[in-house]
Amino acid sequence: MYQNDNCRPLSLSGHVGFDSLPDQLVNKSINQGFCFNILCIGETGIGKSTLIDTLFNTSFDDRVSTHFQPNVRLRAQTYELQESNVRLKLTIVNTVGFGDQINKEDSYQPIVDYIDAQFEAYLQEELKIKRSLYNYHDTRIHVCLYFISPTGHSLKTLDLLTMKNLDSKVNIIPVIAKADTISKTELQKFKIKLMSELVNNGVQIYQFPTDDETISKINATMNGHLPFAVVGSMEEMKVGNKMVKARQYPWGIVQVENENHCDFVKLREMLICTNMEDLREQTHARHYELYRRCKLEEMGFRDTGPENKPVSLQETYEAKRHEFFGELQRKEEEMRQMFVQRVKEKEAILKEAERELQAKFEHLKRLHQEERMKLEEKRKLLEDDMIAFNKRKAATELLQAQAFASTPSVSLKKDKDRKK
Amino acid sequence: KLLGMPQTPRQILRASPEETPRDANPANVGLELFGYVGIEAVLDQMRIKTMKTGFEFNLMVVGQSGLGKSTMVNTLFKSKVSQKPTGPDYEERIPKTVQLQSVTHVIEEKGVKMKLTVTDTPGFGDQINNENCWDPIIKYINEQYEKYLREEILISRKRKIPDTRVHSCVYFVPPTGHWLRPLDLEFMRRLSKIVNVVPVIAKADTLTLEERAEFKKRIQKDLKAHGISVYPQEDFDDNSDDRILNNKIRDKIPFAVVGADKEHQVNGKRVLGRKTKWGIIEVENPAHCEFPLLRDLLIRSHLQDLKDITHNVHYESYRVQRLNESNLLVLSPINGLLGKDEVESNL
Repeated sequence: MYQNDNCRPLSLSGHVGFDSLPDQLVNKSINQGFCFNILCIGETGIGKSTLIDTLFNTSFDDRVSTHFQPNVRLRAQTYELQESNVRLKLTIVNTVGFGDQINKEDSYQPIVDYIDAQFEAYLQEELKIKRSLYNYHDTRIHVCLYFISPTGHSLKTLDLLTMKNLDSKVNIIPVIAKADTISKTELQKFKIKLMSELVNNGVQIYQFPTDDETISKINATMNGHLPFAVVGSMEEMKVGNKMVKARQYPWGIVQVENENHCDFVKLREMLICTNMEDLREQTHARHYELYRRCKLEEMGFRDTGPENKPVSLQETYEAKRHEFFGELQRKEEEMRQMFVQRVKEKEAILKEAERELQAKFEHLKRLHQEERMKLEEKRKLLEDDMIAFNKRKAATELLQAQAFASTPSVSLKKDKDRKK
Repeated sequence: KLLGMPQTPRQILRASPEETPRDANPANVGLELFGYVGIEAVLDQMRIKTMKTGFEFNLMVVGQSGLGKSTMVNTLFKSKVSQKPTGPDYEERIPKTVQLQSVTHVIEEKGVKMKLTVTDTPGFGDQINNENCWDPIIKYINEQYEKYLREEILISRKRKIPDTRVHSCVYFVPPTGHWLRPLDLEFMRRLSKIVNVVPVIAKADTLTLEERAEFKKRIQKDLKAHGISVYPQEDFDDNSDDRILNNKIRDKIPFAVVGADKEHQVNGKRVLGRKTKWGIIEVENPAHCEFPLLRDLLIRSHLQDLKDITHNVHYESYRVQRLNESNLLVLSPINGLLGKDEVESNL
């Protein structure tokens, strides 16, 4: 069988109809539904839940967290949203207690562990023999919204540390939360400072893709507006003759969807309307592949052997298996030896104890025998005494009887006196 | 709300979302949106991305020589995809054993790029003794699965694994009008287990409409009696909408087709057809032959489905079989290396 590798383009002389392919693909996806998972990282009370509510124009979980969490926990909730014929399975993961502890050294670790756990779950499914990837509920985090406090100065150390640990695992989009506390000029300076700090520290945040002509221009512009300064609110107020989402202050009304007031609209545009699919693809093709490669290499699998020849996984597996079983056997032998040793020791101890017991028994027996002999002697003496006494008694009675027979009354009295 | 693309019946049926999602989790909360968010823009994003990466489609045509396979492929794709074996030395061209020849072209329509690979099987069924003539074909199909599997289990793997797996195998049944021959049954029985088989009645212009209907009924009965499930397989209907649509198709399988790559003038229009002394057979006229149905099935409505079934069903069962028979790659990162026996007991 030979293959014609000359892939020359062919011109069609009429309408064939495969231009409906993108539609066929899209229809399949509509049928299956979409999955999107957002991770929100930010201090308690910074406005994460409100922003997500505003982004998706709905009311998610109401629960407000306390500030007294002992460590950082992640709470994930899944919702089913539908817009026209698109079903979206949206999972929101919140960091509960982030930034609340006195010692924040380990704050980022639970987050990293969670993201890794989702990759791990997918990897496990992919490596199964009987797998069902096409209806697998993908829980891998597609985007991480990192909420920066609107201090106006710079990034906090905790922020830098966390983002540095996450940038190779997830698409990070930093946002400046509660942006209505910063003035416009301060905001510009703040943004520049933030971006330069991120660049200086080598933090790779998500760049909106500019390789497709239809969206490259708008994406490039938006890249320049990062981080987005956002304000979230689900309360509606009347401004002019429309009801808009806004926050009311004594000095004015901050309108959420007004581009002059904050970058909320930009965030929604970029996150949902323009780049949702790209975020999902980057998560799968880049971050997940990196995780998979690292994990498999960690376990000792290689694509090329020591001579740089491609090694089939089968050979590596066989080698590993051989090694593993060798190790197993060695350990078994070791354990067996140890067991035998222990048994010997125990036996010795028990023997010793038995001997002691025996010695004690002998000793006691001897004592008992001695006691017995002594008792025997005493008894003999007593018996001898008793015999002697009885003899004397008999003799005395005889004498008495004789005396009584010769002098009855006087001797009686004398006897009585004598007896007293 | 698709961007003005021509809606096929399948699309119209799909417009209403299905009642129960595929993996309904009662713990998930369904929420109402208070206003427009823009989630449906993800459809356009997906469309743009797929148009950029392009599509691949691999078609295989199987049948005895002279049944019009090459012409059919050329008619399907309205271009000279296959070289027809013509010429005075044709007799010598029939190979002694079945050989597989693949030709790849890139075709584009309205911005959609497709890499089309057509695999021809000259020599199939042409010998005196045709025993096991399906073996080279089965070997080829499995080789493509193997190639994909090897790419998939690499540590550093490509972003887009090149897909050479056969998505559809069109089997040409000679228009005898009687029954399926033992060769047809044997071939379809074996191949429908590993690839999507689409049987067609070749050169159907030798059958009258009644003969055609009879022939089809007998073929359908034959296939059922032997437990051969051809595409679209009943087991893989996604939902009730799919089943209704696919049942209509299954009623008409196998399509009676005629191929033609010459244009003729009919009623002032130029149409593809075969000119004979008794009339012109218009290939794209549904009253004359069922070529439009085949084209719609293979290209316009079910192309993606053919690829999905190849990937999710046939490839997966090949993979299961391969992983079970050799210790190729059986590991579960949490439990460490497991032997295949241990994993099987875990499953």
